[in-house]
Amino acid sequence: MLYAVLCYDCESEINAWSKELDDKVMADLGAVNQRYAEASKLGPVARLMPTTAAVTVRKGATDDIIMDGPFAETKEQFLGFFVLEAATLDEAITFARELSAANPANGTYEIRPLQFFNPGVPIT
Amino acid sequence: MTDLAWIDLALTSARPQAMGALLRYFRNLDLAEEAFQEACLRALKTWPEKGPPRDPAAWLIFVGRNSGIDQVRKRAKHQPLPPEEVLSDLEDTESDLADRLDGAHYRDDILRLLFVCCHPDLPATQQIALALRIVSGLSVKQIARAFLVSEAAMEQRITRAKAKVAAAGIPFETPDAVARAERLGLVAAMLYLVFNEGYSAGVPERADTPFCAEAIRLARLLLTLFPSEPEIMGLTALLLIQHSRLDARFDADGQIVLLEDQDRSLWDHALIDEALVLIDKAIRHRTPGAFQIQAAIAALHARAATAAETDWLQIDLLYQTLERLQPSPVVRLNRAVAVSKREGPEAALALVEPLSEKLSGYFYFHGLRGGLLKQLGRYREAHEAFDRAIALASTPAEAAHIRQHLDCVQREMAAAEK
Repeated sequence: MLYAVLCYDCESEINAWSKELDDKVMADLGAVNQRYAEASKLGPVARLMPTTAAVTVRKGATDDIIMDGPFAETKEQFLGFFVLEAATLDEAITFARELSAANPANGTYEIRPLQFFNPGVPIT
Repeated sequence: MTDLAWIDLALTSARPQAMGALLRYFRNLDLAEEAFQEACLRALKTWPEKGPPRDPAAWLIFVGRNSGIDQVRKRAKHQPLPPEEVLSDLEDTESDLADRLDGAHYRDDILRLLFVCCHPDLPATQQIALALRIVSGLSVKQIARAFLVSEAAMEQRITRAKAKVAAAGIPFETPDAVARAERLGLVAAMLYLVFNEGYSAGVPERADTPFCAEAIRLARLLLTLFPSEPEIMGLTALLLIQHSRLDARFDADGQIVLLEDQDRSLWDHALIDEALVLIDKAIRHRTPGAFQIQAAIAALHARAATAAETDWLQIDLLYQTLERLQPSPVVRLNRAVAVSKREGPEAALALVEPLSEKLSGYFYFHGLRGGLLKQLGRYREAHEAFDRAIALASTPAEAAHIRQHLDCVQREMAAAEK
């Protein structure tokens, strides 16, 4: 089964990271990813830009409303995701725990099994 | 990350909101700072044992408020004249605490905290120092080192700035739309000053210049609070693009590398991409402003794969727009660079010469003028201009850069005499 592992954390804390710390976290997460990729278990991985870069399109009464900022104002923000092929839920939980161990922040990883997945085409 | 490192980050990140709320309670910068410090000390004791609170800012506000009230009461006992009005204000804040902790005010709280640092009576350096101390929580030592002054001198400077702010009275009424827009404009300008202080420090080491990163963090924070303000998008984009060149701006010896000579693969393209998105978002609002235009100019440089591919025509047009919006000799000077690329040094010099009175004390004026004269083969005049520039250089890297020009001009002059 395919699982999406969604990363949530307090963005203002991540923004306070030094470049060195940020680079180190990305490298440590990359090492976890590398192991799963080599076992052909890892699909797309993405880190999202800060929510300040986001625009939200909502259905309006007459026309769509385009709003600056993320969908919801929350304490933690949706920051990135991983797509994982795992035989069992336990395996997906293990992956999330490894990510959590590699990430010094108090982020949360939500494991959401995929119902439908279109891997798309390689984007140039 | 150790517990302490994490707590430090959480405190840094919660600081603007917590300090903003405490300033609203106590209406006094020193009292708010003391209360925040006390709350931080308790956090360092409590959080490692009990784990982090769900909302660090709310925790700090609550604990800081209580310890601040204790302080005020203790002092009131010791002082012959109790500050009655301060105490009655506190009673008032206690009664609707729950309502105030819900975060509904936090936007204006943070804006006010930033706004008190931009008091017009404060010179730029004091605004910068105050913001970095009060809002960012940098140590006096860190700030002093960046300004190349002693810790004692910086301490005194900050104390004086605080006294000025206190004497002027901190505005506590919730601002209306116009007042809010004014505050936002002043705060944006102040953040740009903070960034420039780091940017022009000319020190390649990141660790010594946290100002740029700090200005970007605060700009992003401001944009989170005011997500639909195109000028704040423009400001953030401008800072991101300028900061993206950090690793390319100096060579291994710490010498300045000009934009056109920079290794563009060293630019931080993640920052540039984020800036381009923000500019796209800002343009949708169709209300141009000075920061948006400057960001758009920076973006044209960022988009050019090589210096030769720079779209100087667009840059010239954008500078003309900026001049209409915000006429200034410095903008004209910058436009002259674009004109020199499009029409040559003579046309650019014609723009630059009339500025000589207004910009006689400006390093870049003499640097650019010298460069244009040099291109025209007027070496003697170029030499004079570079002499003026080198006398005005504010960093060793700037002086070294002009020195190279002077050497080059002298070689040309010697060759001409032979």
